[in-house]
Amino acid sequence: MVERHLVAYRRMWLIIVSGFFEPLFYLLSMRLGVGRLVGDVTVGGRPVTYVEFVAPALMATSAMNGAIYDSTGNVMVRLRQMHLYDGVLATPMTPADVAVGDIGWALLRGQLYAASFLVVMTAMGLVHSWSALLTLPASAAVGLVFAALGFTATSYMRGWPDMDWVTVATMPMLMFSATFFPVEAYGRWRWAVNLSPLYHGVAMIRSLAAGVWAWSMLIHVAVLVVLAVVAVVVAARRIDRLLRA
Amino acid sequence: MAAATDDLLIEARGLTKRFGEFEAVRGIDLAVHRGELFGFLGPNGAGKSSTMRMIAAVSPVSGGTLRIFGLDPRTHGPHIRGRLGVVPQLDTLDQELSVEENLRIYGRYFDLPRAECRRRTAELLEFARLSDRAGSVVDTLSGGMKRRLSIARSLINRPELLLLDEPTTGLDPQARHLLWDRLYRLKQEGVTQVLTTHYMDEAEQLCDRLVVIDEGRIVAEGSPRQLITQYSTREVLELRFPARDGSASTAELADQLGGVGSRQEALADRVLIYADDGEHALGEVHRRQLRPDSALVRRATLEDVFLQLTGRSLVD
Repeated sequence: MVERHLVAYRRMWLIIVSGFFEPLFYLLSMRLGVGRLVGDVTVGGRPVTYVEFVAPALMATSAMNGAIYDSTGNVMVRLRQMHLYDGVLATPMTPADVAVGDIGWALLRGQLYAASFLVVMTAMGLVHSWSALLTLPASAAVGLVFAALGFTATSYMRGWPDMDWVTVATMPMLMFSATFFPVEAYGRWRWAVNLSPLYHGVAMIRSLAAGVWAWSMLIHVAVLVVLAVVAVVVAARRIDRLLRA
Repeated sequence: MAAATDDLLIEARGLTKRFGEFEAVRGIDLAVHRGELFGFLGPNGAGKSSTMRMIAAVSPVSGGTLRIFGLDPRTHGPHIRGRLGVVPQLDTLDQELSVEENLRIYGRYFDLPRAECRRRTAELLEFARLSDRAGSVVDTLSGGMKRRLSIARSLINRPELLLLDEPTTGLDPQARHLLWDRLYRLKQEGVTQVLTTHYMDEAEQLCDRLVVIDEGRIVAEGSPRQLITQYSTREVLELRFPARDGSASTAELADQLGGVGSRQEALADRVLIYADDGEHALGEVHRRQLRPDSALVRRATLEDVFLQLTGRSLVD
């Protein structure tokens, strides 16, 4: 499955590259503008500049975006327009193979964005700790969760108009996952932030990038892993229901 | 394994398929042997495609037993599918890949080594007469080319059993004849084939043996020749009479022709007389002082059998 996408996307590299620029432009605007207006922020008791604060969150966001792009719109086309999966299920491949393959691909795309983002962060001098390398597995977890959630959501969609729900879900997540300001700022709505899968990714990647360790990171990992496993299982079931009646 | 069971590729007993309340397949018994070209004939919605999807180990069986290669599709789905080739009713070609990549990547779904996929792809492009279009994107192919590519793709795993769901629907005569030629070549190479169609000439040309399905049941079974002998006469006499008012008149004419041939059928615009000797029946018509505008004696075809068995009214 993954091999198929590699071959298919050889012709569509521009689409892939373009997705990487969105969070990058966000970051540049933060550095040039907002970063000068806003003072330092503390992460795990350590003060960091605002750009250093936002960058890891945008890295998590780019992993989310890459995974979501591929697991929603593209899956929709493969499922409803190209009937790609019908052809694949006529071979020894099972619905679980299809789900794992396509979620894996979407995860890879998210990972590609996250990794390029990490390179840019390093080049801009925003990374100070070797633990920043661990942001890669962390962003993979973010990608996996969103790839699987996107895939599952898409399987419930009846047509393109339903696609707008993806934006309805991801836009507030980008705004309210402690992305642009610390979780303390949410006051008594702080609990709600915990409902966003992106928040757990942001919190984890931020700590790793700053080289700060805390027990709460284990909780974030657990949330992401549990969500991912559940979503993959549901996704495989949905393919089975939809295509093997 | 005993030779007899090894030879039996598909075996179904009391096979049923339900979609909620609706029963699409209502108890079918089947046996398809190695080397056969077996046909499912039936009007739209008769249950042909549902049966094919169950045989393809894609759609779960609702009732009865089904064995493919002697195996249960419920427990051996991937293994069975690995030995099958499937040409679906609607092309499921990969529109984001070129012709050549479509074949090569499909082979990878069967876990064939890359080099082997490449080798077979070149062979199959030749077989499907698509070598000069190898680099084209699927969308730019004509309907006939797409069908040929679908068939080529279904052969990438060298299947023992090929399932073709309405392989020539929507194709022009040239494309159909080329496709028939390819299917015939496969048959000579020993590939067992099961096809559904509602083209009678196709069934008559290609199938060794066929079943007629109507409303989810098998209503007749045999070779095309056997079915014609059993359900029709050797010849059919078609009579067109000068236009009068309405269809009641053809019914009256049919009454007046009672006893001519073995059976008479009144259609809206003509009367059909089923007889073993059409010319003799025509003489009898003239003796009864009836003067048709035109009279045509032709050989009975599978179409006559089909319409007799499944009726002339539109089923949709």
